[in-house]
Amino acid sequence: MMRRFFDSDIWWSFTRSWVTIISAIVAAICIFGAVLSPWIAPHNPFDLTSIDLMDAFKPPAFSEGGDARFPLGTDNQGRDVLSAIMYGAQVSLLVGFAATLFAVLLGVTLGLLAGYLGGTVDALLMRIADIQLTFPSILVALLIDGIVRAALPREMHDQIALYVVIFAIGISEWPKFARTVRGSTLVERNKEYVLAARVIGLGQGAIMLRHVLPNVLGPVLVIGTLNLALAILAEATLSFLGVGVPPTQPSLGTLIRFGNDYLFSGEWWITIFPGLALIIMVLSVNLLGDWLRDALNPKLR
Amino acid sequence: MFAFIISRLLQALPVMLVVSFISFAMFAYVGDPVAIMLGQDFTEEQRQALIRQLGLDQPFFVQFGTFLGNAVQGNFGISYRLSRPVAELIVERAPATLELAFTAAFLALAVGVPMGVYTGLYRNSWLSKFFLTFSLIGVSLPTFLIGILLILVFAVWLGWLPSFGRGEVVNIAGWTSGFFTWGGLKALVLPAVTLGLFQLTLIMRLVRAEMLEVLRTDYIKFARARGLPNRAVHFGHALKNTLVPVITIAGLQLGAIIAFAIVTETVFQWPGMGLLFIQSVGAADIPVMAAYLMLIALVFVVINLVVDLLYYAVDPRLRIGKSGGH
Repeated sequence: MMRRFFDSDIWWSFTRSWVTIISAIVAAICIFGAVLSPWIAPHNPFDLTSIDLMDAFKPPAFSEGGDARFPLGTDNQGRDVLSAIMYGAQVSLLVGFAATLFAVLLGVTLGLLAGYLGGTVDALLMRIADIQLTFPSILVALLIDGIVRAALPREMHDQIALYVVIFAIGISEWPKFARTVRGSTLVERNKEYVLAARVIGLGQGAIMLRHVLPNVLGPVLVIGTLNLALAILAEATLSFLGVGVPPTQPSLGTLIRFGNDYLFSGEWWITIFPGLALIIMVLSVNLLGDWLRDALNPKLR
Repeated sequence: MFAFIISRLLQALPVMLVVSFISFAMFAYVGDPVAIMLGQDFTEEQRQALIRQLGLDQPFFVQFGTFLGNAVQGNFGISYRLSRPVAELIVERAPATLELAFTAAFLALAVGVPMGVYTGLYRNSWLSKFFLTFSLIGVSLPTFLIGILLILVFAVWLGWLPSFGRGEVVNIAGWTSGFFTWGGLKALVLPAVTLGLFQLTLIMRLVRAEMLEVLRTDYIKFARARGLPNRAVHFGHALKNTLVPVITIAGLQLGAIIAFAIVTETVFQWPGMGLLFIQSVGAADIPVMAAYLMLIALVFVVINLVVDLLYYAVDPRLRIGKSGGH
């Protein structure tokens, strides 16, 4: 199994590109740093006993007046910015992955149904997708968030805000997957293996899941990777606007929003470092997605 | 031509109907408008009176019809948060957003197209490579971070430009404009750059790719062989043929600009419709959200229509294709 992987075209094209290897390493560092933050972060920004107001507004360690205990400085309450970034990245990645997964599940299911069944189901689903694609996805996400906010009492909303954001971003991205999967399904549906499966008497559900689905997943992987970057940015934007994740679970966008208030008094590090972390994370995922698109495209081999 | 416009309008109608239906459903079923508008103390009679006044005792389709009728007349009810008519709020805020959006779009086109032409013509020069690297940054930076970085450099460190608000505005027959004062223009710079940067890089890359494509075609070689000057070949023949995709993307991006104005307006505390919308989302102010949704849908439908009409003006092949033999 391992042997086959290292002999594959994908692995070969991976080792040929420096940019890709570096982005993969950077992305891996981001993910490990975020997931393992409770164990490897220098401080716990949520542990009130370890926070000292005397440490507030310390500049980064490398600049004048910095403190070696806080490599990237501290915020208005004396929290370590580096630790806050690591905990925040965890929330950002969680929402990004979950929203993308949700969009993939929804988009692939509906796309498969539309492409395989055709007719009214197809026409209806694709009209909905068309209308939704007319609007930028961030607007759709904002709107869904606003509706849920209005429909639920405040306390309840704060509790489930994380899931609302995941739901809102997921819903706003599904048409891309549905359209791609529908297109490939239309092609696969008329191939002989599908006919053969029908002849031996398999049901529609079994044909769709076991035979058509594996053959339409290639492009989904590429769009999914690129979409992960978009979802992370969408979450950051929503949280920056103050309608994303709850303040008790700050993501990178929330940190940037809080830090923004101190930009004018000269404490730039509180907002700029989370911003840089966000850019690095999104850029590395984007570059990986670009590489995956080229590697899986037989025309470019 | 006339038939074409009519068929486009007929296609836009279902979109508007669906969007108004969503708006109406939000208005009627999300939260309890009666409870919100009555506040803390009320009698049962007041409650019933308000329900009758809002028409909530009517059958569903009558309510939807009333809602549509009101919407067409620009009546979207009263904001829960500000207790003022929604239409009034939006009219008040519209000039700020429109001036910002059009300045950003103008900037993106006026800078993006020449940059794209240049990088397409001289693709190995160092300046082209610099432009391309710069565009990569523009594509991967989120709007709000661009805004924050610009504020940090030009407002906090250099102190050249203001970082929030519209500066001084002139009121011309109800339209507040920042175009005519020095302060207003200075306040416009950073938000417009923030909003336009992504579109600028997108248009530049698009024009470059199209130019590279077109310059390889036979009619360009023929034009050169005829001894036409470079200027005529590049701008008269090549650029003109890149315009169809540029118009499509630029038109669709105008919609994106209006959507992302929400973010830019929040960063710069720009008193436009986007800021109004985001404050309404935060406060669950349904009437404002519903009105904004319908307005944005209308803007998108109109933009799509205008883009289709521009195709006609720019590309004569489409005219023949429509009326001819297919």
